[in-house]
Amino acid sequence: MGEPSKDIMVYAEFSAGVLHPVSLELLGKARELAQKTSSQVLSVIAGHGLSRAIDELVSRGADVVYAVDDPALDNFDAMLFQQNIVPIVRDVNPGVFLLGATPIGRSLGPRIAAELRTGMTADCTELDITPDGKLVQVRPAFAGNILATIQTGTRPQVATVRYRVMRPAERDPNRKGRVVMRDAVTLEPSANVLSRIRSKRMDISSAEVIVSAGRGLSKPEDLKMIGDLAEALGGIMGSSRPLVDDGWTLKEQQVGFSGNVVKPRLYIACGISGSPQHLFGMRDSEHVIAINKDPSAPIFKVADVGVAADLYEIVPLLVEELRRRRMKV
Amino acid sequence: MLFRGISTDLARLVTELPIPLRIIVLMKAVPDIEQVRFDEATGRIDRKNAQLEANPFDLNALEAAVRIKEQRGGTVTALSMGPPQAEAVLRDAIARGADRAILMTDEAFAGADTWATSMALMGGVKKLGDFHILFAGEKTVDGDTGQVGPETASMLSVTSECYVDSVDSVGEDSIVVTCDYGTHQYTKEVPFPCVISVTKNVASPRLPKLSDKMRARKASIEAWRASDISDFVDRRSLGTVGSPTHVIRIRTASERQKDCRMLSGDPAKVAKELADIVEGWISGGR
Repeated sequence: MGEPSKDIMVYAEFSAGVLHPVSLELLGKARELAQKTSSQVLSVIAGHGLSRAIDELVSRGADVVYAVDDPALDNFDAMLFQQNIVPIVRDVNPGVFLLGATPIGRSLGPRIAAELRTGMTADCTELDITPDGKLVQVRPAFAGNILATIQTGTRPQVATVRYRVMRPAERDPNRKGRVVMRDAVTLEPSANVLSRIRSKRMDISSAEVIVSAGRGLSKPEDLKMIGDLAEALGGIMGSSRPLVDDGWTLKEQQVGFSGNVVKPRLYIACGISGSPQHLFGMRDSEHVIAINKDPSAPIFKVADVGVAADLYEIVPLLVEELRRRRMKV
Repeated sequence: MLFRGISTDLARLVTELPIPLRIIVLMKAVPDIEQVRFDEATGRIDRKNAQLEANPFDLNALEAAVRIKEQRGGTVTALSMGPPQAEAVLRDAIARGADRAILMTDEAFAGADTWATSMALMGGVKKLGDFHILFAGEKTVDGDTGQVGPETASMLSVTSECYVDSVDSVGEDSIVVTCDYGTHQYTKEVPFPCVISVTKNVASPRLPKLSDKMRARKASIEAWRASDISDFVDRRSLGTVGSPTHVIRIRTASERQKDCRMLSGDPAKVAKELADIVEGWISGGR
């Protein structure tokens, strides 16, 4: 293994026929970083039935795609994927290796970094690079209260990047790239898959309209009112952390640092005061409405429109009004 | 649905006399986030008033381990790396059903990032000897990386499953778990030895009884130093020295402020105004 290059390698996450959109966001960022260091964007992908995904990676900015395509890689298996990806990373020797901070990226990345005896930074929300190829990694810590800037002394500099934080790369169907098909090193799964079904987790991070409830709600039965508002707007119901902790709502509904980062077109916060950890998860929403009793609540600092009133006075009337209008149309 | 299948396994196992399972649970003492103060101006973290408590996810991992032990037989060892004050968390682990608790504490471990932490824990696990299942929590509430479980697994060259929502059964040489990797949910039979990183859904932690707390108070918490794992880990791979990543700057998260337009007055009028605004936003740009 010679000197590592300054090239940026992106792990393209592919599962059951689908390329995860975070991969395109990584390519967008990788192109930007590669421009600053005059280096190449590389991508590595493992799975089964990759041809369309490979084309997509090239048209979205990969200069070289390394691919391992085999039916045995159809199911995600962290150890098996590690065994097939590490030799490629060793050969290519990139300066930076990026993965999505998705469940798969967070399960696979640490295994790869550990084997390569290199440092890894989780959940980056900002990335930059110095001209000599040092990755400047920014990640939230302490429940989103602080942002830490981290550098890695070893190579490759491995990082996972939050989904929906970076802008996806533009598609250019005329872009050309090199594709290197590699044989699998091993096809022996590390665990025996008994069944695979679509995830039951609700994907709140891709919702267009989210209506979230917080501590302003006095009993769990009243969540129905929040659900009604979400339904009237064709959206889904989210929640602040305290309600999840109390078992009123589900973990997958949680918006915030330790839950989901959301960027809907409309976010309505009902009875949420706006802790730093909650604001972290929703402040990039296109439009925000906050309904909260306390006019000094931090949530109003990130809202476009606010109502300093009891949600019990406003929400039922709003639901009624929206339903009436919909009936008219 | 938790631990479904164990009772039928039990019936079979009674005749087969299974080997007792050796289960390890990785635990971390974390500051109570609610008590940590952040200085907006300097970006400094003040943990002085923050009590150390068990990382909540680790308690779910511990509960899963203890339930398996109770139904299947074996031992549960809680293993932690941290400052001497972390002993209280390990005492809590004993009260909640761990048989043995080890605190890896040494200046040489201080300042470790996830890689150096995993190196130390890998050394601790190797010193403990063969194991069947190593449980970890999905992530810690202070670091929030979720990296230590899979990094440690990789260093031990064993398989790992993360985001495990349930333990479905425990067999002679494998454990069946259901894990959710975001796009798909898998049920997998994972051979021993393995690392299982669990979500909060796996098992709700029990509240220790008074008698358990009394017993835990008298229990001895073993303290291991860097020299105790020197057969397995080079000192240069530990602590700040061994950490490939370094925090070079910290700032408080600044919020982008918006000019919030406040609506007030008669609730019915406010509701109408809100409906108008929402309709404008949703229909515009579509």
